[in-house]
Amino acid sequence: MSKKKTAWERMLLVREKERPTIRDYIPLVFDEFWEMHGDRFYGDDGAVLGGIAVLDGIPVTVIAQVKGRSLEENKQSNFAMPHPEGYRKALRLMKQAEKFHRPVVCFIDTPGAFCGVEAEERGQGEAIARNLFEMMELRTPILSIVLGEGGSGGALALGVADRVAMLENALYSVISPRGFASILWKDASREQEAADIMRITAEDLVGFGVAEDIILEPAGGAHRDPEKMAASLRKYVKETILKFAEFPIEKLLESRYDRFRKIGEFTTAQSD
Amino acid sequence: MIQDLLQKVKLRAAPLVGGDGASPLSIPRDLLFKCPRCQTVQTREDFDASGKVCVSCGYHARLTARERLGCTVDEGSFEEFDEGLSSCNPIDFPGYEEKIAQLQASTGLREAVVTGRCAIEGEKAVIAVMDSHFMMASMGSVVGEKITRAFERAAEEGLPIVVFTASGGARMQEGVISLMQMAKTSGAAARHSRRGLLYITVLTDPTTGGVTASFASLGDIIIAEPKVLVGFAGRRVIEGTIKQRLPESFQSAEFLEEHGFVDMIVTRREMKRTLGRLLAVHGKGAGRHE
Repeated sequence: MSKKKTAWERMLLVREKERPTIRDYIPLVFDEFWEMHGDRFYGDDGAVLGGIAVLDGIPVTVIAQVKGRSLEENKQSNFAMPHPEGYRKALRLMKQAEKFHRPVVCFIDTPGAFCGVEAEERGQGEAIARNLFEMMELRTPILSIVLGEGGSGGALALGVADRVAMLENALYSVISPRGFASILWKDASREQEAADIMRITAEDLVGFGVAEDIILEPAGGAHRDPEKMAASLRKYVKETILKFAEFPIEKLLESRYDRFRKIGEFTTAQSD
Repeated sequence: MIQDLLQKVKLRAAPLVGGDGASPLSIPRDLLFKCPRCQTVQTREDFDASGKVCVSCGYHARLTARERLGCTVDEGSFEEFDEGLSSCNPIDFPGYEEKIAQLQASTGLREAVVTGRCAIEGEKAVIAVMDSHFMMASMGSVVGEKITRAFERAAEEGLPIVVFTASGGARMQEGVISLMQMAKTSGAAARHSRRGLLYITVLTDPTTGGVTASFASLGDIIIAEPKVLVGFAGRRVIEGTIKQRLPESFQSAEFLEEHGFVDMIVTRREMKRTLGRLLAVHGKGAGRHE
């Protein structure tokens, strides 16, 4: 196998215009898909897609952030940066999945939640927080897969899962490397340096216990062979949801809580 | 603009009058306070006497955790939890340990949140107070862990919890580990909630980013101090996106109330009594209709 790519190289690769998006994967990964719209409060966010899919006879709820390839597509999907109604649509569909005992499969692919006046007016912070709160207790299995960029709280709002997988070149970070450089070093041009020290690659995340699995990409990246990539995704999703079915929900919820509960590094002073 | 400049000059000049003259560097900078919201300059004495509330616009300035506990909990009732927890450097960010050590020395705190058990107007509760003087109370492993433990202990002991939030958001120096604290704390809040216990959030200046997008927005009751800044994205980030300046009131407590994200705005003077009453109303035997 060729030398592992640096975080920066991967960042360029996942931002590659040809990189497959969820719209490419859905018809290849699932046998049927019924898209569902709207959050029932405000509107329908094009940055988040949701619906019911069938995989080898197993119904699942799919929720995904949508990257576009053309300007037109990106106008529709706001460059995969959701507004609060996107997160609320996601939560509504997760609750629907819970009611009908369907596993939830989330595909994360966002630079982050949208930062704008309307997003603030409609409670971006509250929408994300509510998803974290509800997903932790959702009484149906949740699988999250990071396809490309997993940017900050906007990604985590689809990431409180029983298992988290990363595509080989996908990244998951607290803030974009550009934001990191600009805030901590007051110099956004040190983006590349930031990417390489932030520990945001799939291997880093597995090391931190933030993700469990890495789904290998075709040589050169997912865009080189989207069908092969989709076949790997299909296999992974199917195996994982079948595995979930072996556990009673109480046990799954306990381990979902522990999954996040144990993340953190600190010391405890002797004197206390 | 000009007024701003003049005020800066005034601020710089003022200490010379009151300085002890020992050295031009030992300037008592504390003589005046300039309100960050309305820009009014006032004497420190007047400002302190009003409980660190701007005498002109009523902006509620930042308190240290110690000051906040002092004006919130019943005297002698506070028992601190987990005071020994201290940060590590999970992504080996250059200079992080030194920065933490420096802040520990200058603030007397080990980290950006103080948690414990207390009584407020005689009502027992768990309390967490974030202190923006410690790295803008950003949430890393220690903040996440202490908040989580506070919720867990409150759940175990069947107690309500009051959290005074203040934060610049997730602590970037701890990378993705800090992001995960959002899920961890929100999960702990969910478990506490499932026990039927009360969680009151008090939003103080400033509450932003990953803290707004996690436990700060999850209270059964969300209170804000007047005029404080509360938001998800930074104002400058948004201004950069839309290429125009935002009004002063954007992301204020009043803005949140108008848009339906805050239950009530309560002044510092009324805070303790309000919390005490709300805790009492939710206490044992209250509100049971089974």
